[in-house]
Amino acid sequence: MAKTPIAFTHNGDERAVFVDDGQNLLDMLRRTAGDLTPKYGCGQGTCGACTVLVDGAPQLACITLAETVDGRRIDTVAGLAAGQGGGRLSPLQKAFMDNFAAQCGYCTDGMLMSATALLARNPRPSRDEVVEAISGNLCRCTGYEAIINAVLQAASGGGSAQAGRR
Amino acid sequence: MAIHKGRGFASINYPIGMNLGGDPSQALVHSNPDGKFMVALSSIDLGQGMKSVTRQIAAETLGVPVEDVYVDTADSDTGPHCMGSFASRGTHRVGNAVIQAAREARAVMMEAAAEELEVNAADLVTDGKGNIHVAGAPSRSITTAEASAAAQFKHGKTVSGRGIFLIPLSEVSAETGEMTPVSCFAHAAVILDIEVCDETGDVRVIEVNSSYELGRALNPKLVEQQLIGGAWMGLSHALWETTEPRYPERDHLPTDFNHYLMPGPGDIAPHNVAVLERPAPDGPFGGKGPGEMCANPLLPAAANAVFDAVGVRVTDLPITPEKILRGLRENGGARPRGRGAALAGGRSGAERRGVLV
Repeated sequence: MAKTPIAFTHNGDERAVFVDDGQNLLDMLRRTAGDLTPKYGCGQGTCGACTVLVDGAPQLACITLAETVDGRRIDTVAGLAAGQGGGRLSPLQKAFMDNFAAQCGYCTDGMLMSATALLARNPRPSRDEVVEAISGNLCRCTGYEAIINAVLQAASGGGSAQAGRR
Repeated sequence: MAIHKGRGFASINYPIGMNLGGDPSQALVHSNPDGKFMVALSSIDLGQGMKSVTRQIAAETLGVPVEDVYVDTADSDTGPHCMGSFASRGTHRVGNAVIQAAREARAVMMEAAAEELEVNAADLVTDGKGNIHVAGAPSRSITTAEASAAAQFKHGKTVSGRGIFLIPLSEVSAETGEMTPVSCFAHAAVILDIEVCDETGDVRVIEVNSSYELGRALNPKLVEQQLIGGAWMGLSHALWETTEPRYPERDHLPTDFNHYLMPGPGDIAPHNVAVLERPAPDGPFGGKGPGEMCANPLLPAAANAVFDAVGVRVTDLPITPEKILRGLRENGGARPRGRGAALAGGRSGAERRGVLV
């Protein structure tokens, strides 16, 4: 199988890897780059567990060809805490913890990336905008309420999520 | 076309653990050389909070800070036996086993402290902050870490304990058939408000109001989280999820999440939970455990709400738009029962979204 060399930025670090023909971004990140934070859920682009940011935009890694990220910036949950200067949780991660926004945790990494992208482009989202931003991410356990509240709390600077409720 | 409001009610008695007794779980507790405690279990945490709750139970029983306890559920091959994480049994069964194990370990730690302080172990108390001191004389104290270290490195004792919880098998009366199937029941009641469209058969959940009696809520935030999330799993079973084809051929079987439907973040509605705490006499610190009961009452409540809204009684799940439309055709149209419309006070779904947990 032909190998294609690509270079990309992975959570701020320059990386160069060989990718197989047809290899998807999720497989490359998990197996080649060793970043296990994007999760394999459905493998068909319908559950959102593999959501990563490509040049800041949320993208489903399981249906993205790895070779298409050559020269681009990939951000995953592994970079959220590291980006806070050595292992401190990002405000969004802390809000997830404060609101008990995870149970089994399998959807959490995808939720965090979808919400990170939302807050980057819209720092004060309405409740409906949060719902829209995570509408591609399925969660079995939480009923979404705690996740929505966590994103609203992070947006309001760490205070109560009450302000965001309609 | 018309939107019909419907209100459904359901209440349940929910047995904790497997019926007719047996149903054991074990726990092993030991102190590491640094004085932190390890709780070994084979009871897997699938996100329901088993590790958090058993950690709290162990810390409370040992008399040490919760930060000093680690719960290891890594391997059911090497850990002590557990029947499993099911039947809403975790908090009740495993929690009781953890208490027994932690008591035994605590007794060794207190004996070691007594020897170090040259007092009687019966006169010692823990402050829950990592100290052991003579009752009424806080200055005569030793840390739990120092006591554990002394046991292990001076007295040659393991600071460890074994625990098991087993409910005796129920006797069955040959004459009457009388038995004791369950030692511990939890209870719940749910009121569900929905809207049904009589043209499309679509059901929209407007509001959930529930009340759960589940013994003492050992971790109230975990309980609330589980009740709200579980309610949506129940509603998902009631209204969305099926592996059956929509039409007779199996070719139409769902193959992905585009066709195997589940509620998304845009489908949810406010859920007001009231937790009633009536400590269970045989539960760990009175706890029973929410478990499966957070989903169960939503299914009959949904069926009742659809019947109330349009007069269609669907008896197999899920209650899909197709089944509602077939029922409407059979009945010659919607026959609202009126409870939902009357009780909901005519407020729209959007207006009612203001109320949240």
